[in-house]
Amino acid sequence: MSDIKLKITDREGNIHEVDAPTDMAMNLMEVIKGFELVPEGTIGTCGGMAMCASCQCYVTSEHNLPEMEYDEEAMLSEAFHVEDNSRLGCQLNITSELDGLEVTLAPEEL
Amino acid sequence: MITTDIIIIGAGPTGLFTVFEAGLLKLKCHLIDALPQAGGQCAEIYPKKPIYDIPAFPEVLAGDLVDNLMEQIKAFEPGFTLGERADTIDKLDDGTFIVTTNKGTQHKAPVVAIAGGLGSFEPRKPPIPNIADFEDKGVAYIIRDPEIYRNKKVVIAGGGDSALDWSIFLADVATEVTLVHRRNDFRGALDSVEKVAELAKIGKINLVTEAEVKAIDGDDTLKSVTIKHKTEGEFIKETDCFIPLFGLLPKLGPIANWGLEIEKNAIKVNNALDYQTNIEGIYAIGDVNTYPGKLKLILCGFHEATLMCQSAYKRINPGKKYVMKYTTVGGVAGFDGSMKVAKKEQVLNIKDL
Repeated sequence: MSDIKLKITDREGNIHEVDAPTDMAMNLMEVIKGFELVPEGTIGTCGGMAMCASCQCYVTSEHNLPEMEYDEEAMLSEAFHVEDNSRLGCQLNITSELDGLEVTLAPEEL
Repeated sequence: MITTDIIIIGAGPTGLFTVFEAGLLKLKCHLIDALPQAGGQCAEIYPKKPIYDIPAFPEVLAGDLVDNLMEQIKAFEPGFTLGERADTIDKLDDGTFIVTTNKGTQHKAPVVAIAGGLGSFEPRKPPIPNIADFEDKGVAYIIRDPEIYRNKKVVIAGGGDSALDWSIFLADVATEVTLVHRRNDFRGALDSVEKVAELAKIGKINLVTEAEVKAIDGDDTLKSVTIKHKTEGEFIKETDCFIPLFGLLPKLGPIANWGLEIEKNAIKVNNALDYQTNIEGIYAIGDVNTYPGKLKLILCGFHEATLMCQSAYKRINPGKKYVMKYTTVGGVAGFDGSMKVAKKEQVLNIKDL
């Protein structure tokens, strides 16, 4: 069993329950892109380098997430709509520890 | 009016390589880019990051890739309109196009190649509802002329290099500089961070960390900003100017209104043939286009540029026969008079010895 369950609330407030593979070296941003949960071009602008905040999401479940690395912390210090539970989706790799993770996408920066 | 054979919108890797492929066909190019330098995302966002999937380059820094492309196209003498955004396009009766920038610079050519990547880079604007009302009336996202801040009270927001550098610079120009940053640490260059700390200590910069500008107010011009501190709550700060410096964000921008077919925030093209859009004579190549199976890779942009130039040649030279020549065979004849060609092997007749 290499899939985990994720509950993702998109920017319109729609809830999506998706099965994400743990063996594809994917991150949360790529899962959201892959399942086309948001319009193309509105997520993953920098390609996953933690250099834009287009994949910012709020983690609403009680998961023990890997600590932020410097790049993610630095980007979130410049992003808008940031809350204490903000993370960049591109920096969260899909692993079995994330099973049951619940996130809400932050508003798009305009 | 600048006239050329191909107007290329976007000076990223795909746009730059187009100059080379066009040059082999004796077509001249002029590039327009909203950024002040060539290279697109590679130069603006990640110049120091490595790329591993450029054929024959096991590893190349994005900035070096741009430098190499500039070197490769030098002999074809491309023109550049930098720091200006292509705003409008007009098709004339004879089928040629006029592209005008936001600063009014006009370009004329029979072919337009949009190699605009993710769009033109625009400053990221903080989500303050009435901020647009005060743009150019105290609010600016880019500092063009620092002199206008002389003897003014200035509030700068941001934590990167530009926020730090401008705070340092304006500390000697403005009557008062306040730097607002959401965190306690800055991600700018170490000596800039130290300099800001030093200036803060002697009272030349009013440093407010763990805080954000949440609201702005004024009448005809900006009068104050509301700063919200993480623990100490909100306070109002009187100021003449507010300069949020949060970097740049790409936007498809005016191109979206050119009558081109747009799908998934990208321009639909005919990938079976020549990457032409629904408007004859306008092509879209690189990350800006879409077609079934599209991959946003630099190497795909190079391929698209190459095929697009063949089609552009036929459009510009109708009826003329062209046979593709390998550069190894035909060499590269620059518009600057330079000629690169494979060295002939030396032949020596044994009887002459």
